Amino acid sequence: MKYTEDHEWLSLDGDIVTVGITEYAATQLGDVVFVELPELETQVARGDEIVVIESVKAASDIVAPLDGEIVEINEALVDNPALVNDDPTGAAWFFKIKIEDDAALDEFMDEDEYKEHIGE
Amino acid sequence: MAENATAPMLTALPLADLHAELGAKCVPFAGWSMPVQYPQGVMAEHLWTRAHAGLFDVSHMGQLRLPKSALEGLEALIPADLLGLPEGRQRYGIFTNATGGALDDLMVAHRAGDIFVVVNAARHAHDLAHLRAHIAGVEAVSDRALLALQGPEAEAALVALVPGVAAMRFMDVAVLRWQGADLWISRSGYTGEDGFEISVPVAQAEGFARALLADARVAPIGLGARDSLRLEAGLPLYGQEMDETITPVEAGQGWSIGRARRADGARAGGFPGAAIILEQLVHGAPRRRVGLRPEGRAPMRAGVALFAEAEGGAQIGAITSGGFGPSLGGPMAIGLIDAATDTDSVIFGDLRGKRLALQQVSLPFVPPGYKR
Repeated sequence: MKYTEDHEWLSLDGDIVTVGITEYAATQLGDVVFVELPELETQVARGDEIVVIESVKAASDIVAPLDGEIVEINEALVDNPALVNDDPTGAAWFFKIKIEDDAALDEFMDEDEYKEHIGE
Repeated sequence: MAENATAPMLTALPLADLHAELGAKCVPFAGWSMPVQYPQGVMAEHLWTRAHAGLFDVSHMGQLRLPKSALEGLEALIPADLLGLPEGRQRYGIFTNATGGALDDLMVAHRAGDIFVVVNAARHAHDLAHLRAHIAGVEAVSDRALLALQGPEAEAALVALVPGVAAMRFMDVAVLRWQGADLWISRSGYTGEDGFEISVPVAQAEGFARALLADARVAPIGLGARDSLRLEAGLPLYGQEMDETITPVEAGQGWSIGRARRADGARAGGFPGAAIILEQLVHGAPRRRVGLRPEGRAPMRAGVALFAEAEGGAQIGAITSGGFGPSLGGPMAIGLIDAATDTDSVIFGDLRGKRLALQQVSLPFVPPGYKR
């Protein structure tokens, strides 16, 4: 598992990266009440705001952590946004992105580095 | 993500240590460091308050005392029937300006020995100056905390400590004793639920809060849930539904203008902006407040532009408050729109570049639980 400074977790399987938000991010957001996912088969560029996530408190974005193509989205979140709070690092993944070059993940934080990043 | 931003010169609440002990997450609000939520989270705190009793620290609000002779002077600033307010009762009012806009909204309590007023934190300094320019003997109360206990079990929880509150009705005020302290109590609040606001001397505030929290029916509730509760209850927030450019008629607060102060009343007018406001009461205002339910799941928040058409057309208004209603189970909003808009039409909000449909609905979103 790799982590971004935007509190996303990335899990690589072949050339597919599954993306979600960390427990820390889910706690900061509070109760999630709405999730809007990207369209399947769209090409996204790193930094694009591709998910809208709304908690009772505020709206936030999730950005594409890498260049690639959206190959799967987690429709369960649309029907049950609270899953983001219940199981952020498991059932509440947001999308899967097919990447060209898995070396692109090297720059992201590992678990120890991320824990330090959030001050744990 | 929320950050612990630099917080210059925030005032701590008298109960700051208790909030820290309870695990509160605090945010800056109107110059105060305020608990926005506790570990339960906004959703659970909201639902707890609707089912049981929630304890809110609202000590940031301004508490003021005025001499009893001030009622007449207050009527010159507020279009409410205050001379007709019986002793032991509280009434909602609005400070208006010369163009009919609102300078703040407030509660005025007529007590045995004085007039007790509670104003918004962000307008406290303004209101003090405004009152002192017109009324002598205005005293800012700085040695008392203000707590709110709200919800269907609030009465039972408070009766256990202060039996006298059982006899109070909605908007009654009383001074009752608890462990040697004078509690200034009103049966009112800002959640749509039955409940009480309790002004307690700072020295006894923590002990009193702990005594309430020792009751299994009572949980601490933060500002986050206070906002979703008041929005579901259709209650306006100064700075959002009301400001210096919005008249009480436009804000849907025309009901607060007492019969005696209306065009054909015994003390007609005599408050700032009276000509404009009284004319609007009879002939209507250019804009009107509206309850809105987004047809989709996406919350639409303050600032979202509103349109009559799904495409094109001029903007007809904007959302003034919006979010998710935990008891409603969906998104909700209050908007201010052109009064000429059909009352039964679907309107559209521009959310991230898309126009999404909203139904106009009557307020409140959730029926009140007041004990009248």
